[in-house]
Amino acid sequence: MSRLAATFEELSKTGRKALIPFVTAGDPRPDFTLPLMHAMVEAGADVIELGVPFSDPMADGPVIQRASERALDHKMSLRRTLAIAAEFRKTNQQTPVVLMGYVNPIEAMGYEDFANAAQRAEIDGVLTVDLPPEEADECVALLKARGIDPIFLLAPNSTDERIKKMDAAGSGYLYYVSLKGVTGAGHLNTADVETKLNQIRASTHLPVAIGFGVKDAQTAKTVANLGDGVVIGSALISKIEANQDDPERAKREIVELLGAMRQAIDS
Amino acid sequence: MTEKYNMPDERGHFGPYGGMFVAETLIPPIQELNAAYQQYLNDPEFIAELDADLKYYVGRPSPLYHAERWSRELGGAQIYLKREDLNHTGAHKINNTIGQALLAKRMGKTRIIAETGAGQHGVATATVAARLGLECVVYMGAVDVARQSLNVYRMKLLGAKVVAVESGSKTLKDALNEALRDWVTNVDNTFYIIGTVAGPHPYPAMVRDFQAIIGREAKQQCQDQTGRLPDALVACVGGGSNAIGLFYPFIDDSSVKMIGVEAAGDGIETGRHSAPLCAGRPGVLHGNRTYLMEDDDGEIVETHSISAGLDYPGVGPEHAWLKDTGRAEYVNITDTEALEGFHALTRMEGIIPALESSHAMAYTMKLAPTMKKDEIIIVCLSGRGDKDMQTMAQREGIEL
Repeated sequence: MSRLAATFEELSKTGRKALIPFVTAGDPRPDFTLPLMHAMVEAGADVIELGVPFSDPMADGPVIQRASERALDHKMSLRRTLAIAAEFRKTNQQTPVVLMGYVNPIEAMGYEDFANAAQRAEIDGVLTVDLPPEEADECVALLKARGIDPIFLLAPNSTDERIKKMDAAGSGYLYYVSLKGVTGAGHLNTADVETKLNQIRASTHLPVAIGFGVKDAQTAKTVANLGDGVVIGSALISKIEANQDDPERAKREIVELLGAMRQAIDS
Repeated sequence: MTEKYNMPDERGHFGPYGGMFVAETLIPPIQELNAAYQQYLNDPEFIAELDADLKYYVGRPSPLYHAERWSRELGGAQIYLKREDLNHTGAHKINNTIGQALLAKRMGKTRIIAETGAGQHGVATATVAARLGLECVVYMGAVDVARQSLNVYRMKLLGAKVVAVESGSKTLKDALNEALRDWVTNVDNTFYIIGTVAGPHPYPAMVRDFQAIIGREAKQQCQDQTGRLPDALVACVGGGSNAIGLFYPFIDDSSVKMIGVEAAGDGIETGRHSAPLCAGRPGVLHGNRTYLMEDDDGEIVETHSISAGLDYPGVGPEHAWLKDTGRAEYVNITDTEALEGFHALTRMEGIIPALESSHAMAYTMKLAPTMKKDEIIIVCLSGRGDKDMQTMAQREGIEL
């Protein structure tokens, strides 16, 4: 069983929901990410989504765009992101790590070289925003052969047919993009999310994590309870952006926010 | 080539290129667009409306003009210019925006968005939006807003909102990113008019089909005026819409050479250029797989060209395919050479070309003298140079 499957099974046994922070690797500096990952686990993270910075992050709002730019300014790359994940795994064998990014850095490395490198780094899942199942056959086969879960996105306008397609192609969990828009947008409507989740549940048994636009503990609780987990990205990265000169303070504020979310979700 | 050319396949692939590399939220609108496009492509009423607009609003057919003096001066092949500069709004871009806007209307979309580099596609989009009474938002890199201020003013006069994009390199690729972000947010009422033969399927095929009128007319006009097919076609390639528009109807005519001219900027060897086909490698950007300018990590690198319309790190996937199969040849022209082409056409024929088109002119100056006097080159004069007066004056140290 994959580390992701085991994590969601364990959570479901105890009736808990997954708290999944997303941070961009190398933001604001390469040496900040590894201690931050450990701190987030301490604060209650069940899975970590590690963003691979890309020069043209088409699905991201301004907060994550700027995180990518800061990381790239320090020459962060897919290879260096994998190195951070491998380092994390040396002292943490439990928490699944999912790489999230765009397909071009993977294309540049080559699908097979990437799959091998991800296996060596003990990556658990790969979520590629601009690689829908229609284009993903080769990549998915290489990942699955190495026990890595390919994770696909669902959107508010995804049809039943597409949900079934994601269910067939994906594993680990499905990521439900809770609104039509970019990451960090401000128009999340939880009633709409609830309706859509009922539709999604009818077509898949995979766990569903919900993300995009979740900013505070109360919304995190509401959203987490509609699915199997909640992803928090821009709200955390805003803390990094606001404290670029004081990374320790950024880390403290992220831990506080995640802690509050953990508490709200579990209560 | 014995089999008739029939690309892309139904999933939008040109061999390994093209495809549909987009986030999930954009899959439904792209499928909706593809369905509408397939339906209206063969709808006599739609075709009739499009043809009438192209004739009475755009001013087609555009002439095929024999540049006799310039041909004589160069001492080789006979040069014929396909005069897309004479279209309404001054470039080939409107052939496509008219088509897409008519589709938008039939699909019930009330809001149009577009990206633009030089501003020609933005102007052509704002123009058709004004005519159809549709809301229009144009994304343009902040750098381009500064160097193409005349076109920014034109778009505003036409009622469009121009958004200066401050992210990344602040040029065309970033404008495309921002337009995609808008589309994903306003997907229900918004139609994204992409200006070139790039983006996810069906855009590369659809934009090509709307631009193919350039080649269809040129083929007929060449037959009428000279009694035969041309020996070579030359067109500039940024995203490559005017080039594919000229090339496409000739693809099965194997005697016709097809040459796309990329922007070499300061020179390929300097790395400061916009020539992915000549000096890049395959990757995925903006919804399709194609040749890109990127570093070893797959990050897109900044491009350079004196012409904003060619300043893009990717290229239409069909050009990638035509390059790999050897059906078309891709060459490059530096900023300095392009300026020579600009001046040559202006002084020899009294026609001021756009800086984009000047790249095709400059290559023609190299090619024509190597050919026989009874051979024929058709060059796509994709746009007129009025928009570039500020850039030219600045470059030559003249205050306007």
